[in-house]
Amino acid sequence: MAIRVEGIVQGVGFRPFVYSLATRLGLAGLVGNDVDGVFAEAEGPPAAVREFLGALQRDAPPLARVERVTATAKAPIGTATFAIVASDPAGRRSTLIAADTATCADCLRELAHPADRRFQYPFINCTNCGPRFTIIRDVPYDRPLTTMAGFPMCDPCAAEYHDPGNRRFHAQPTCCPACGPRLTLLDRTGKPLSDPALDEAAALLRRGAIVAVKGLGGYHLAADATCEPAVAALRARKHRADKPFAVMTSDLAAVAQLCRVSAAEAALLTSQARPVVLLTRLPGAAVASSAAPGNRQLGVMLPYTPLHHMLLAAASRPLVLTSGNVSDEPIAYRDEDALERLGEIADAFVVHDRAIHIRTDDSVARAFAGRPMLVRRSRGYVPEPMTVRGGFARPVLACGAELKNTFCLAKDRYAFVSHHIGDLENAETLRSFAEGIAHFSRLFDIAPQVVAHDLHPEYLSTKYAVELDGVDLVGVQHHHAHIASCLADNGADGPVIGVAFDGTGYGTDGTIWGGEFLIADVAGFARGGHLATVRMPGGAAAIRQPWRMAAAHLHEAGLDVAGLGVVRRNAARWDAIVSMVRRQVNAPLTSSAGRLFDAIAAILDVRDEISYEGQAAIELEQRADPAEGGAYRAGIESGAPFRANGSDLIAAAVGDLMAGVPTELIAARFHHGMAILILDGCVLLRERHGLNTVALSGGVFQNLLLLGSTVTRLEAHGFTVLTHSRVPCNDAGISLGQAVVAAAGQRG
Amino acid sequence: MSHGAGGKATQTLIEAVFLDAFRNPLLEPLEDAALFSVAGPRVALTTDSYVVSPLFFPGGNIGDLAVNGTVNDLSVSGATPLYLTAGFILEEGFPVADLTRVVSSMQEAAVAAGVSIVTGDTKVVQRGKADGCYINTAGVGVLLGDISLSVACAQPGDAIIVSGPIGDHGITIMLARGELDIEADIISDTAPLNGLVASLLAAVPGVRAMRDATRGGVATILNEIAKAADVGVLASEDDIPVRDEVRGASELLGIDPMYVACEGRLVAVVPGESAEAAVRAMRGHPLGAGAAVIGEVVADQPGIVRLKTAFGGTRIVDLLVGDPLPRIC
Ligand SMILES: [Fe+3]
Ligand SMILES: [Mg+2]
Ligand SMILES: [Zn+2]
Ligand SMILES: [Zn+2]
Repeated sequence: MAIRVEGIVQGVGFRPFVYSLATRLGLAGLVGNDVDGVFAEAEGPPAAVREFLGALQRDAPPLARVERVTATAKAPIGTATFAIVASDPAGRRSTLIAADTATCADCLRELAHPADRRFQYPFINCTNCGPRFTIIRDVPYDRPLTTMAGFPMCDPCAAEYHDPGNRRFHAQPTCCPACGPRLTLLDRTGKPLSDPALDEAAALLRRGAIVAVKGLGGYHLAADATCEPAVAALRARKHRADKPFAVMTSDLAAVAQLCRVSAAEAALLTSQARPVVLLTRLPGAAVASSAAPGNRQLGVMLPYTPLHHMLLAAASRPLVLTSGNVSDEPIAYRDEDALERLGEIADAFVVHDRAIHIRTDDSVARAFAGRPMLVRRSRGYVPEPMTVRGGFARPVLACGAELKNTFCLAKDRYAFVSHHIGDLENAETLRSFAEGIAHFSRLFDIAPQVVAHDLHPEYLSTKYAVELDGVDLVGVQHHHAHIASCLADNGADGPVIGVAFDGTGYGTDGTIWGGEFLIADVAGFARGGHLATVRMPGGAAAIRQPWRMAAAHLHEAGLDVAGLGVVRRNAARWDAIVSMVRRQVNAPLTSSAGRLFDAIAAILDVRDEISYEGQAAIELEQRADPAEGGAYRAGIESGAPFRANGSDLIAAAVGDLMAGVPTELIAARFHHGMAILILDGCVLLRERHGLNTVALSGGVFQNLLLLGSTVTRLEAHGFTVLTHSRVPCNDAGISLGQAVVAAAGQRG
Repeated sequence: MSHGAGGKATQTLIEAVFLDAFRNPLLEPLEDAALFSVAGPRVALTTDSYVVSPLFFPGGNIGDLAVNGTVNDLSVSGATPLYLTAGFILEEGFPVADLTRVVSSMQEAAVAAGVSIVTGDTKVVQRGKADGCYINTAGVGVLLGDISLSVACAQPGDAIIVSGPIGDHGITIMLARGELDIEADIISDTAPLNGLVASLLAAVPGVRAMRDATRGGVATILNEIAKAADVGVLASEDDIPVRDEVRGASELLGIDPMYVACEGRLVAVVPGESAEAAVRAMRGHPLGAGAAVIGEVVADQPGIVRLKTAFGGTRIVDLLVGDPLPRIC
């Protein structure tokens, strides 16, 4: 019998599993890796072979994901033993690669055991854990094609590696203090400081220093999270004004001292992917106020490498662990680059000599209604594919959006959504976008024939797409891509009522959309309704300065507003901005929901200018009183497409504000008003189109107050609601949506 | 008004307005063509049409703009401008007093640039068919020696120099329309660049290329360099001269000065070792007083223009395909 196993079956201990299974069942034959996955031959009693085939799927090791087992009859060759054979690098590649995985319990036990030869060795790993995606240069996944190539195994490691009964059998990154990578502590000029590096680094951190730490997917900047001067200094040196920092704690118990942790959140925190989880901070939690200024939430993660476990234990306090970069640059991951770029920020560097091949940021997640909801899908999740119904008849590349870019390569049943690439306007990020596409194409053997892109002509991802030769280009409308992404996330094809609420996206009429009700399936869409349009005075400047949107919305609503704080604070420029709205000078039209949130945030004195994307809306959500259930009502002008009047919400909010209602209540009533607006729009479209399923997508739905209020109301009115879970609702999910739409178009 | 029909009225217009203003020996015969011989072995010829609203703005009007623009196109190609033509399309009812103002500005600009307007044409179109006054100018210049300039010659290591603060003209025009409640003390930079170019070429014969930063601004020129020579361009935000008033108005308008038109600024590419001499030579001329090195040509990331930002980030400054709609979310 010749057997082929496809899926994530390499680097996860699959061959030793097959070996021990076959040996236990008394079968002879062989097992090996090739570019398609795992191949095996088994001969023996028919019942044993049947049991063997069933167990391959049923009892696979923890990190494996068996997609398909196929068996074909083959004449027995009469061998007596079962053997593991060498990898065969020839032929077509379609192997799946595992994501980087948090240190397993067995390795942690060895790490802490003084008699173990890997006691306190910061690179301990096994087939069940450790680096994968970040160190793989090419497939098949074998040590010479990883950044472990330069570390020949010592005899004891080699013995384990070749012993089918050992947990490290064919663990490609396995190593030990004798043969593996080493840590070094450097000063900011690159001069070695001391040994053991982690103890000294922890001592520095405890004294308030900032230490750059080379992790799994890039450099972090670490500081004592309980020390306000240290965290404030980190903020100042990084030129990062307000955007929250993530915190790493030693274990779940330590998280619970800082934040409220639900069962779903605990499961996310301790999952193999170890994302940063956004949690509600406990009052009086011992965290520096500048870790997440003005924020009730705190992003927390647990250690995911032995190095992190050791560092947290040595520091014996939570650490801020933020990406190693200056302002909006991509995270540093090469040693020379890190020393150069972070030398001004960090007082010392914890480095090691295992190279990072692919820069991979920490993933970010939260729990919604007991389910994970990824906000950034990167380290720990990538490059595991999404299985897509209908599949991809021809290989597809989807180039994604401009901000929070990811790309997606797809063929057969699989869509490989990339790690977080970032904001393409940054030159270094654009380079890693192009290099990332080349890397994924090679790893998964996908030569795209169909290339999907956004309709925005100025997106650098669009420009990249249209310059490619010899491919079929498919332009996909931004909000259609959002809805298709939500459909793919839920394994659905539509048609649905798609509610895509975000900041901005290029519409088919050349205006900027962002408050859209679409009648959509994966193949196409029609615009069923949208928020009434307003001007964005100054274009992108109106995004950076929410007070401009307040001016535009107040002008649109025709409100006499001289008494409002937002007008007084911006008096010197108010008339100029209103005149830009009136004369339509550099003031494009938009139906954006995000800009409506911005306007309200400025009107409620929450924020006039932002220093990171979505800041005003995030702070508005936090301002809202969770106990308040009241809601403003917006009118709908029932044309086709219908127009929902966001300015009604503005008028109601201004009325309450003038009447002295606390802003906490106004913010809550606005959120619930938006939810009712969405419900009203969906009810209207259900009457018109007979659809009963609603898909919610777009970055605005990262707002859990809005999402919760919307889902509750829709479900109460009998709608089935699809929300995002595995793929972000923000623009990081656009590439998957584009790929799915392009594939549906190919099917005709 | 029947000016432009070719009859007596046109004749009067020409004699009253144009001949009087532009009077010179080549124009005076009022023949169908101006006849002249050229001194150098090679001749440069260019043409451009001028449409601007408003026609009169702080620092100039459509007339000097039309002369300076063509003088500058010749100058940055390395030619010495000699003769210009002027074609007018006038809307019926366009006040003669305004035309006279435009024409005298043209003559002043021609004198300042040392060129003569040697032939011309006028058409009058129906009311509503034109926006007051359109002007086309063509210009001839001579290339001295074997000078040969092209942005395709840019090489890694070259320096990129701008002759003065950018964005003055475009922002002036936007504000001069009088639609906005924005006050700013800015005037157009419209000026003839042939004198500045002569100073630069005399001091630095090895200049690789020059461009006048008109439509699309300095950002567009940097992209032309990167694409034509297949090189990278690395500019530095801190080094790009922008007047405070222009920066303030640009921020209010939400417009990046890098993309705003200038009418009296050039961008020069010179070998790195000549950068200092080039800046010194330009600063020695009144129109180059604000000259500065703004970036360099690099081998890395060919075809792409990068801008080092104040915080040490590096942002891509791309060609704009159309109207700059926001890309950020
Ligand atoms: Fe979006
Ligand atoms: Mg021109
Ligand atoms: Zn392990
Ligand atoms: Zn070893």
